[in-house]
Amino acid sequence: MAKQTIAAALVLLLVAAAAYAAFFVAPTERSMGLIQRIFYLHVSSAWTGLIAFFICFLSNLTYVFSRKPRWDWLGVSSAEVGVTFTTVVLITGPIWAHPVWGIWWTWDARLTSTFVLWLLYVSYLLLRTLIEEPDRRALLSALFGIFAFLDVPLVFGAIRWWRTQHPQPVIMGAQGSGLDPRMRSVLLFCWLAMMALMAFLMRERYQLEAMRGEVELIQREAEGQ
Amino acid sequence: MSLLSNTTALLGKELRTEFRSRELLTTTVVFVLMVIVLFSFTFETSSESRRFGPGLLWLAFLFAASLMLQPCFLREQANDTLSALRLSVDDPFAIFLGKLIANTCFLLLTELLLLPIFAVLYNVPILPVLGWLVLVLFLGSLGVSIAGTALSAVSAQARMRELLLPLLLLPLLTPVLVASTQVTAALLDPAPYVEWKGIGFLAVFDLVFLTALWLFGEYLLEE
Amino acid sequence: MNPPGIVAAGLHFENIGKRYGSLFALRHVTLEIASGDCVVLAGRNGSGKTTLLRIAAGLSRPSSGSLKFSSAASCTKDGQVKTGFVAHATMVYDELTAEENLLLFAKLQGIPNAHGRVQLLLADVDLADRRDSLVRTFSRGMRQRMAIARALLREPSILLLDEPATGLDPHGAAWLAGTLRRLRDGGCTMLMSLHGESEVSAMATRAVRLDTGKVVADTASGASLKSILTFADA
Repeated sequence: MAKQTIAAALVLLLVAAAAYAAFFVAPTERSMGLIQRIFYLHVSSAWTGLIAFFICFLSNLTYVFSRKPRWDWLGVSSAEVGVTFTTVVLITGPIWAHPVWGIWWTWDARLTSTFVLWLLYVSYLLLRTLIEEPDRRALLSALFGIFAFLDVPLVFGAIRWWRTQHPQPVIMGAQGSGLDPRMRSVLLFCWLAMMALMAFLMRERYQLEAMRGEVELIQREAEGQ
Repeated sequence: MSLLSNTTALLGKELRTEFRSRELLTTTVVFVLMVIVLFSFTFETSSESRRFGPGLLWLAFLFAASLMLQPCFLREQANDTLSALRLSVDDPFAIFLGKLIANTCFLLLTELLLLPIFAVLYNVPILPVLGWLVLVLFLGSLGVSIAGTALSAVSAQARMRELLLPLLLLPLLTPVLVASTQVTAALLDPAPYVEWKGIGFLAVFDLVFLTALWLFGEYLLEE
Repeated sequence: MNPPGIVAAGLHFENIGKRYGSLFALRHVTLEIASGDCVVLAGRNGSGKTTLLRIAAGLSRPSSGSLKFSSAASCTKDGQVKTGFVAHATMVYDELTAEENLLLFAKLQGIPNAHGRVQLLLADVDLADRRDSLVRTFSRGMRQRMAIARALLREPSILLLDEPATGLDPHGAAWLAGTLRRLRDGGCTMLMSLHGESEVSAMATRAVRLDTGKVVADTASGASLKSILTFADA
């Protein structure tokens, strides 16, 4: 219990430090001013979300071959956390776009791909709610999760190649295009904070799912007597 | 008994069943026609329709497919014929292969029937590029079938399956929509050209998901 | 019915368990079925009979335990014992004719001279005159005969039947009993689930009762056939 509180405190500290860095350490961007600082949250959330989905993919694969429930627990935890972070990406995009471009949405590559990614994993979570039997639910969602992740590079590829031909406002500049070294360090630090937050959230969610699973196990064993 | 002979036998069964009743084909054709016509009402000028036509055509195909693919595995639940198939074939992949080839044929047939109507309503010249159009229709439909057949097996085992299949399938098929639209638009351009990157991309999509289905198909059918 | 070439085989359930989530369909089921045995599985709905049969058929994998087959001769298909399964559902396509159905499954199973075998089976189950009719038009009794014909395509050494007499009129039930008797006399091992006593249960050499997934009574350990079949508590 104490370990958990310490971990939570550390993560909170890290996130606070990252926010501080984003607002006060990073240099002000020439043209956009204050609102540009949301870039640190936007990009680090995007990377973190993708990593969460990758963890989901690995859990799904492991579940299909081992059938151990803990991999299903990890799968749903990482998917939910991934959806959370991609939601942040989808919200911070318009928050940045509106004051700068006067429009709420722009179909730039990252935002569009993230939207599809979000839809895919929301479907994954929805699928889980529509199957009652736990083993069946675990297997079928793991299989869909595998298909969904295999789709991710194809989604990003297709959208980058064919949805960004027309000159379109690119949110927050192209990736890594001439980033001030201080900005780069702040970005990396923010990413670190997001990863810590991701790990923390995943662990909490996993433990919730594990508790549910263990109750079931005890039930089973009781009936087996 | 080999994968080839099992697939052929199952393909034969799927085709024979469909051509006997033709219910899937007729409803799908009418549905796509309806969508194409309705979409055309939203345009003002013919240049607009030319620009948006390819995308809407593929969108119509995707919607139709997500409806047409629902009965794929649902049918097999009625008399538990899926169990009979599982007991009879050596490799469960044959079940998927037979069905996805049949589904590709049905989709392609629907698309070829509707292509002339699309050309007329949207003022696009299809004859000079017909061969290439058929190629992109084939590659795109194959991708739709592979993913759709696999996911049909998933949705058949869940609740709300009528809504679930489109929900699962449509985001997954985004790459197919984007690439196919691009290739089709290039072919229907006033100065038509072949978007080779798109064709290659579609082939890669098909290969990736066919391989995934081959590796994981048997788990989709587990009891 | 069966050419004398049927290979005798038995099956052994070793501590079989099957669970669906927190529901236990089967628990610690150990059963040895000798070749040539005709075993009846009795029990209420939900006692695990269907689950056990589907595991034996290879459709379902047990959560724990193992299933082994034993065979007298060495001439089995790739060392595997051939089983036939007649389920609750007919497992044939309504939209195909009787002949098309059997031909499809014969081709899938790689049966040599599929056409000849199908004609033979259709004659055996008395459906030869309806070979070109869609199964959709068949009565319950006729569908049952189709189901049995399909199960017998590969001349199984072990026949598994899940409540085969359900919905059959007395004529159909008599036909079923006669058919199964001929198969049993031909050396086919049989495991079937039944409700209550009937002409079909009369030919059993052994009966086992399941309750909530466990074996609770067995004629092999002294219980009477009648008590097992009629749920009378011993």
